[in-house]
Amino acid sequence: MAAGGDGALLRVEDLRLHYRSARGRVRAVDGVSFDIRRNEALVVLGESGCGKTSLSKALLRVLPRNVAEYSGRVLLDGTDLMRFDEERFRREVRWVRMSMVMQAAMNALNPVVRVGEQVAEPLRVHRGWSRDRAMARAAEVFGLVGIAPDFLQRYPFELSGGMRQRAVLAMALATEPDLLILDEPTSALDVLTQAGIMNQLKRVKRELGTSFLLITHDIATSSEIADRVALMYAGQIVEFSDAASFFGAPAHPYGKLLMASVPRLRQVRRPQHVPGQPPSLAAPPAGCRFAERCPARFERCGEAPPAVAIGTRREVRCWLADPRGATS
Amino acid sequence: MNGALLSVRDLHTWFELRRWGFVRVGFVRAVDGVSFELARGEAVAFVGESGCGKSSLARTLLGLHRPTRGEVVFDGTRLNELDAPALRRFRARVGYVQQDPYGALPPFMDVRRILAEPLIVHGVSDRAERERRIREALEEVRLSPADDFLPKFPHMLSGGQQQRVVIARALILRPQMIVADEPMSMLDASVRVEILNLLRGIQAARSLALAFITHDLSTVRYFAERIFVMYAGRIVEQAPVDALLEAPQHPYTKALIAAIADPDAENATRIQDVPGGEPPSLLQPPPGCRFHPRCRQRIAGVCETEVPPDFEPRPGHRSACWLHR
Repeated sequence: MAAGGDGALLRVEDLRLHYRSARGRVRAVDGVSFDIRRNEALVVLGESGCGKTSLSKALLRVLPRNVAEYSGRVLLDGTDLMRFDEERFRREVRWVRMSMVMQAAMNALNPVVRVGEQVAEPLRVHRGWSRDRAMARAAEVFGLVGIAPDFLQRYPFELSGGMRQRAVLAMALATEPDLLILDEPTSALDVLTQAGIMNQLKRVKRELGTSFLLITHDIATSSEIADRVALMYAGQIVEFSDAASFFGAPAHPYGKLLMASVPRLRQVRRPQHVPGQPPSLAAPPAGCRFAERCPARFERCGEAPPAVAIGTRREVRCWLADPRGATS
Repeated sequence: MNGALLSVRDLHTWFELRRWGFVRVGFVRAVDGVSFELARGEAVAFVGESGCGKSSLARTLLGLHRPTRGEVVFDGTRLNELDAPALRRFRARVGYVQQDPYGALPPFMDVRRILAEPLIVHGVSDRAERERRIREALEEVRLSPADDFLPKFPHMLSGGQQQRVVIARALILRPQMIVADEPMSMLDASVRVEILNLLRGIQAARSLALAFITHDLSTVRYFAERIFVMYAGRIVEQAPVDALLEAPQHPYTKALIAAIADPDAENATRIQDVPGGEPPSLLQPPPGCRFHPRCRQRIAGVCETEVPPDFEPRPGHRSACWLHR
């Protein structure tokens, strides 16, 4: 969706990432458009298999070998990154302007290297800093994520899961990226640890002005940081909203059902499940991809709905929102 | 003995920790003095963070770990003394729903074979009888028509369907109790509720006792009658669901509830109050109250040294904290 607005840090237009597979072409990311402004947190919300992790890989260009199509535009401060060759992308973008914390990244730390060295590494590699200078910066970012500097000398196994996750976060922040991409950063952690990490993310956002792209299936946790929400379904963004509108009253039927499925601690309302299953990304339906499970489906849903603007920077991919849709 | 189906008294499940295979380092006190009773047909939840001992408790109730001390009495039978064949018969009376459905199902067996296995092990030798019970179980977990699912292998099923097969397998020997260890933590939000509703429906229809083990307080509200909150191997608070969620008494439970957000854009504007530190090592738990190093309401001179007993600040609501003294 090309939700408008100037001053976007990142603008993504019609991004596609398709894979080759035995079942044919898998359309993991299938025409995704959105933008993120400076100091803004965009949450990409979706269930397993909706393509949200592929989206993060497409943005940072961490691609597997079986790519069938990788196209669209990814503009960072107006410069199209898709035109960069791998060498330039590595030198100027990845870990420099855009960092990423992958799913279960805390388990990806090198077990035989002290944590401080690992946090300092991107600075030495990408900035060419001396070891001392990089270690000093590592101590600084440790402070930022709430770890005492003496932990720099520890090995990963000496840290708890929450601490390791913070260390990975520190690593991603060390180079002061403009955009931090986080893929399920807290889903493997306990409730209190999770709340602690979300607090740190909020502080980083306030203090450094970093922009965030947070990918998750956890609706409640996502509301801890979201300024905007992009709801993904079957490889597409079906709703793009500001957080208050989305969490208050989602516009897309899928968003409504998903919100009703969230168990709430402070409300006596029985959560409802969303019947059915998402379509295969190898053979998505020609029309609306959610139509099969949609309680509000009508004839028009056999055609693919466009992204309909329903407010400032708010769009929904549904015929019901189209002024001509429900009638024609 | 009263009408309790399961009665657990002063249960300790410790694991010996050795270094290089022979130097005794000490004991991991996974379950360290837990007592409770479970009535027939009652659904309860054990809530706590990783390493609080909830899974070790579950496995002890299933007879997979031997209690180190204390006793587990199930329907009049003391679990401690059972020999291997008796323990095997006991396991037929308690169904187990695991956390990761895909890991719990053997990938090389089709659904028919997976469901036949427990029947064969427990002596249902008539093939027609087995087939009838397998179909009945699939019907019960709403995998119908059964013929579509019987020849399928686990990888051909969705996560939700796999979890239904695990539930069918847990039910097939007609147990009196189900132990479900994080039955939905690997599933998507929309499927989670469906599995919980299914489990709760079956539990009510068959008046099964149900012990949910979970880290997620927000999901238990509709699926259990009582909650036990565990911390570092012990139950720190227990109460009926609504009482516990609306008026938590123990500082740990309060922190846990405060940390769980309901989806709301306002959340992004505030920094949450989270207790510092981490749960203690179960190898050397702190003296006194195990939560005291992280507790903001710690009473100096008391909490560091004296183990708090269960107080009953409100009728039917117990909390092991010196603040109620």
